[in-house]
Amino acid sequence: MQDNENMSHEHEHDDDEHHDHAHDDNDTIEHTHEHDDDEHHAHAHHEESFIRKYIFSLDHKMIGKQFLIYGLIMLFVGGGLALLFRWQLAYPERPLPIIGASEKYMEDGEVVTGADKMWERIYDSDKEEWLEAHMPNGVVEPAIYNMLFTMHATIMVFFVVVPILVGAFGNFLIPLMIGTRDMAFPILNMLSFWLAVLAAVIMAAGFIVPGGHASAGWTGYAPLSVDPQWTGVGWGLNLWAISLLIQGFSSLVGSINYITTVINMRAPGMTWLRLPLVIWSLFIVAILLLLAFPVLSSALALLIFDRLAGTTFFTSTAEGGGDPLLWQHLFWFFGHPEVYILILPGMGIASELVAVFSRKPIFGYRSMVYAMIAIAFLGWVVWGHHMFQSGMRPGMGAFFMTTTMLIAVPSAIKTFNWLGTMFRGSIRFTTPMLHAIAFVSMFVIGGLSGIYMANTPVDIYIHDTYYIVAHIHYVVFGGSLFAIFGGIIFWFPKMYGRYMNDMLSKIHFWLTFIAFNCTFFPMHILGVGGHRRRISNPMAEAIDVVTQEQLFADMNIFITMSAFTLGFVQLILVFNFVWSIYRGKVAEKNPWNVNTLEWEAPTPVPHGNFAQIPTVYRGPYEYSVPGEESDFIPQAQPEHAPASAGD
Amino acid sequence: MLGWLPENISEYAQGVDTLFALIYWITVVVFVLVIGTLIMFLIKYRHREGHRAEYIEGSTKLEIIWTAVTTVIVFGLAMLSFPQWNNLKSPAENPDYVVQVRGEQFNWYMIYPGPDNELGTEDDLELENELYVPEDKLVQILLTSKDVIHSFFIPNLRQKQDAVPGRTIDTLKFQATEPGRYEIPCAELCGFGHAEMRGYLIVKTQEEYDAWVKEQWPE
Repeated sequence: MQDNENMSHEHEHDDDEHHDHAHDDNDTIEHTHEHDDDEHHAHAHHEESFIRKYIFSLDHKMIGKQFLIYGLIMLFVGGGLALLFRWQLAYPERPLPIIGASEKYMEDGEVVTGADKMWERIYDSDKEEWLEAHMPNGVVEPAIYNMLFTMHATIMVFFVVVPILVGAFGNFLIPLMIGTRDMAFPILNMLSFWLAVLAAVIMAAGFIVPGGHASAGWTGYAPLSVDPQWTGVGWGLNLWAISLLIQGFSSLVGSINYITTVINMRAPGMTWLRLPLVIWSLFIVAILLLLAFPVLSSALALLIFDRLAGTTFFTSTAEGGGDPLLWQHLFWFFGHPEVYILILPGMGIASELVAVFSRKPIFGYRSMVYAMIAIAFLGWVVWGHHMFQSGMRPGMGAFFMTTTMLIAVPSAIKTFNWLGTMFRGSIRFTTPMLHAIAFVSMFVIGGLSGIYMANTPVDIYIHDTYYIVAHIHYVVFGGSLFAIFGGIIFWFPKMYGRYMNDMLSKIHFWLTFIAFNCTFFPMHILGVGGHRRRISNPMAEAIDVVTQEQLFADMNIFITMSAFTLGFVQLILVFNFVWSIYRGKVAEKNPWNVNTLEWEAPTPVPHGNFAQIPTVYRGPYEYSVPGEESDFIPQAQPEHAPASAGD
Repeated sequence: MLGWLPENISEYAQGVDTLFALIYWITVVVFVLVIGTLIMFLIKYRHREGHRAEYIEGSTKLEIIWTAVTTVIVFGLAMLSFPQWNNLKSPAENPDYVVQVRGEQFNWYMIYPGPDNELGTEDDLELENELYVPEDKLVQILLTSKDVIHSFFIPNLRQKQDAVPGRTIDTLKFQATEPGRYEIPCAELCGFGHAEMRGYLIVKTQEEYDAWVKEQWPE
C-alpha cells in the first residue's frame, strides 16, 4: 500500500493547474459542487466547432459514441437481412410481406398494391434485370438467399459486434477506467472510426452492383468465392473483400491504440491487478485483433489477386496451383481468435455488472484474468475444429479436438466465478444486471452446446447443420449482444448524463430474452434432426423420401415468427436510446454506486475527463468491505488511515 | 432431443450415437446444476433491507476443484472419442466395394469401376445422384469435386466429408445395415443450387445388388 502513497505524490505534477480541491473528500456519493467546477474547467479550455466535436472528433468518448451509433445502425441492417431470409425459410417461394407482389398480381397481372406497382416498374425498366431474375415478385430466390445470409453474418460480425464491443466500449471505457485523459493516439483513433465508415460504405455499395453482393458465406470458402462462374457474383465479392480489408485496418489502428494506452497511461496506483476485468478483456482482445487481423488481410489480398489478377492461390488446376484448404486455414486462423474477440469483452462487461449489482468483490479476480488469458492463448490453436470434415488430415482432428475441449476449462472457471460472485451477495435486479444474468445463462448454453462440436465423432454429424447456427447465436447473440445491451444501459448515465427509461428497458429485456430463446433454441433440434444450414428452401424436392427437413416446416414457421418478434422488439431499445438522450432522467455522478474510475469523472464527462488525474488506492471490486459504513469504496478514495512508512 | 436423430443404419457409427447420448446427458446435468444454482442464488441472495453482502474475494480451493473436475471430464471425453474418430476417418482396409464420387454443381456423380475393378477404364459406370450398395458390406468412397467444395453427407450413416477440388479423399467408408433409400444431401454451401443438391443412397440386399450389377454390365 505504501508504494501507492508515494506514487501519488510523484504524479502530482500531472495535474491540471486549474484543478481545485474537490477531490480530497471522502464523500463519494454527492458531488454537485465539484460538478459545476469541472464544467467550468472544460469550457474554459475547449471551445470546439461542431465538426470537430461531433464528426471529426478526437475525443475518445465521442469516438466511442460514434462507434456505438454506427454499430446500432448496422445491427438493424444485419437484422433486417436475417428477417428477409427467415421469411423464405418459413414460407418458401412465397413473396415477402409488404415489399412482395400480391397474389392477384402474380396470377393475372392486376396491380393491386403499391408493391405491385413497384414490381411492374421493375419489369418495365431495362436496368433491374438482375433483381427481376433473382427476386421475381419479391420471392427470395436461392441466389438472393445466399447473398442475404452471407451479408447478415458479415455485417453482424464485422460491423456490429466488433465495432460496439471493441470500438464503442473500448473507446469510451479504457481512458476513463484506467484514469487518463484520452487515448494515446487520438488522431489514429479518429482514423479508426472513419476507416470503419469507409468500409461500411464500400460494403453497402456491394448491394447495388450488377450480380449482387457476396454470396459465398461470411467464411467465403474458396473456390466458390474465387471464380465468378460458380456464384454469378462479380464485383459484389470484390467489394466484400476490399471492405473487410479496410475494416481490418480500422481494427488494427484501434488495437495499437488500446494496447499503448493500457500499458502506458494507467493512473498512478493502477497496477495490472487493479485493472477492472472489462479493461483486461479489452486489452486482451486488442492483442488478439492486432495478431489476427493481418492474417485475414493477407488471405483477402490473395483472394483479390485470385479474382482479379488470375493467380491461383486458392484453386487447384490441372497444372498445379494452390489449394482451397489454404483459404480455410488462413480464414479460421483469423476466425477463431475472432470468435473470442466477440465474446471476451462481453465477459468483461458481465463481470463488472455481476460484481456491482451483487455488491461483492468479483470471486477469484486473478483466476478470472488468467482464464481470459488462457482463452486468448488457446484461441490460436483450435482453428482446425472448423475443418474436421474439410479433408484435413484426420490426425490433426485429434489434436484440435483436445485443444478445443480444453477451452471448456477456462470457460467453466469463469462461469463458476460469476456464480461465486453472486453467492452471499445482495443482488440488485437492475436492468443491466438482468442482462448480465442472461449473458451468463446463455453463455452456459452456448458453451455446453460447443462440446458437441468439439467432439470430433459427433461433429461429423452435426457439422454444417442448424446445430451450429444455434450454437453461434447463443454465443454471439445470447452472449455478446446481451452484454452489449447491459453495458449500454449501465454506462448510458456516464455517456449521456441521463438514465435510460427503466420501464422500457425492462420490457425490452424480457421480450428480447423470450424471443431470443424461441428463435434460437429450436435450431438445436433442427440440427439434430439433420436440417442443413445455408439452404434456401428446406422443402425442396423430395421424390420418395420424406426428408427430415420437411418434417421441420412448422418449427421453421415458429422460428421465423419469433425472429420477427425479436427484430421488432429492438425498436423499443432504439426509441428508448434516442428518447433518453434528450428526455431521460438526469443522472447523478455515480448512480449505481460503483468503485471504478469512470464514475469519478464528472457527468457529462468533459474533454480531458478528470479535473485531476485520480490516484488509485485499491482494486476495483471493494464492495461490502467489513467494518466500512458504505458498501463501496471507490478506487480513487484515499485510505482512511494511511499505512505508516516502514510497515 | 436424442429422439430427433434420424435412424442410424451404420455398422461403424453406432458409437457416434453413444457418444452423442453421453455428451447429451453430461451437458443436461451440468446445465441443470449450473442454472439451478444460479436461480437459487438469485432468490436466496436477492437484495433485502438490512442485509449486507458478505465480503468474499475467492477461494483457491474451489478454483482448483472446478478446474480439475472440468479438465478430467473433457479429457475423459476426448479419450473416449479418439478411437471412434480414427475408426470413422481412416481409409478402409480391404474394402468390399470401391466407388468414386464426384461432386459437381449441383449433383453427385457415382462412378463404379465395373467388372475389372479399376477406375478410369472403359467399363466404368457413371450414375447421377444414385449410389447403390449392398447391405453389410464395407464400401470405400473416393471423394472428389470438379468445381467447388461440396460435402457428402449421409445423415443415416452419421458420415460427412467435404469433397475438395484437386484432392481425392479416401477417408470415407461405411457399412450400411438396413436396406432402403436414404438421402445424400450436400452439406457445404456450393452455390445457388445448394439446397437442392441431393443424391440417394440405395441399400440393397446382396441378391438384389448382384441382380442390379448384372443389369448394368450384361455379358
